[in-house]
Amino acid sequence: MQDPAAGHLATQATSSFTEHLQRSRPELLPFNQVLPAGQIPPVPHATTIVALSYPGGVLMAGDRRATMGNVIASRHIEKVFPADEYSVLGIAGTAGLALDITRLFQVELEHYEKIEGTLLSLDGKANRLGAMIRGNLPMAMQGLAVIPLFAGFDQAAGVGRLFSYDVTGGRYEELEHHSVGSGSVFARGALKKLWRPNLTEDGAVAVAVEALYDAADDDSATGGPDPVRQLWPVVYTVNRAGARRVPERELAAIAGSIVESRAVAGREA
Amino acid sequence: MTQQFYVSPEQLMKDRADFARKGIARGRSVVVISCADGIALVAENPSPSLHKIGEIYDKIAFAAVGKYNEFESLRQAGVRYADVRGYSYDREDVTARGLASVYAQSLGAVFTAEQKPFEVELAVAEVGHTQADDHLYRLTFDGSIADENGFVVMGGLAEQVAETVAGGWKDDLDLAGALRLAVKALATDKEVDALPGTAVEAAVLDRSPESGRGSRRAFRRLRAEEITQLLAGEA
Repeated sequence: MQDPAAGHLATQATSSFTEHLQRSRPELLPFNQVLPAGQIPPVPHATTIVALSYPGGVLMAGDRRATMGNVIASRHIEKVFPADEYSVLGIAGTAGLALDITRLFQVELEHYEKIEGTLLSLDGKANRLGAMIRGNLPMAMQGLAVIPLFAGFDQAAGVGRLFSYDVTGGRYEELEHHSVGSGSVFARGALKKLWRPNLTEDGAVAVAVEALYDAADDDSATGGPDPVRQLWPVVYTVNRAGARRVPERELAAIAGSIVESRAVAGREA
Repeated sequence: MTQQFYVSPEQLMKDRADFARKGIARGRSVVVISCADGIALVAENPSPSLHKIGEIYDKIAFAAVGKYNEFESLRQAGVRYADVRGYSYDREDVTARGLASVYAQSLGAVFTAEQKPFEVELAVAEVGHTQADDHLYRLTFDGSIADENGFVVMGGLAEQVAETVAGGWKDDLDLAGALRLAVKALATDKEVDALPGTAVEAAVLDRSPESGRGSRRAFRRLRAEEITQLLAGEA
């Protein structure tokens, strides 16, 4: 015999934080608003993210600039975040919404882990992120798009994997490397030339920083290394041991050597 | 039409309390101890997957005795409460005090209004930077809440177990010492001196997880071999 009250309880129980919010506090979701007609005022946009795989893991890097039209809105913004212990995500597009979706995604993964007592599979995480981006589709159609890049270590398969998304939440697995944001066309060109199989982790960090350097060279919305303010890209690596933020001094050395080698070459482009 | 028997409110509440107490007394005990390294949560639990101890939030853990389905639903409700609060305000705005008072309200409401009270007893622990900042709350089936100092013992034979813990508790115990004391106390009613590591479920709230593990989440479940290793260490 099925107790109707128990059945009701079972349908209420969910391991998803987003579903819980949808039911109990929908106003807290970043993408649950209906926008009135009218012009959307300028808001900060975050730009180039690059990600690439290397034997044993994946890596993601983002520059530090946010722009609002032709104005630099921030030189310090961070666009790459750890999603949980074994995955990271980077965001391009409308900064405010992207930061909220990131926060929601982080809580979503942690919530599942606490409720279920186990980590979500990497494919499961990638699908949840896709669902959130689809949830943001009405906002994207008003011009407030958020495009993430997701990377993580697949513990079942023992490899690092990379996922890109479109505004409809479509999820695409990428091989070798990928980039999103306005500077991504330039970063991708650089990645194609610099990436090779059997990169070491240090080599992979250098490739990512150089790809961002090339993006910053040609895209006004992407910031290059800033030795005056001592600002370097944010870089995370993910491998079997988990996600790790590459320390500033390592990045300073890598960015310094790239700038130096370019200065020595003395070429215009 | 049949006449309903009159039962005085005193009698009704007493019956409910007796019922809940009996249910709890059947279960095995749980010990929560504040020590120098953090807060140790230790339970006698032969199941490796049905936990009596769980993570709620960054610095907050939960331990329970009684009926599994009832305290599990309370644990999940606690995780939802904490995650919503941390998401809508900030992570540091989630406190054990807030969580404990929500639990007290739900337990109290169930005790007075529902068919049957919850047969559970809960402990909510929050680790601080120093031992003086630790918070240990103990909640009973009727929604009573107590702010405990140093340690909490719940479950069947709680008094005898608490006596052993009180006898051995010092504030400078390290994790291994706290674990050994808890396991010794949990074996109070047994023929053996101490429980084997496999019959024990244990977790710790680390006092400084950021520097130790690079994570703001202080909760760490101890694996069976880790427990055995800690128990084997010289006292």
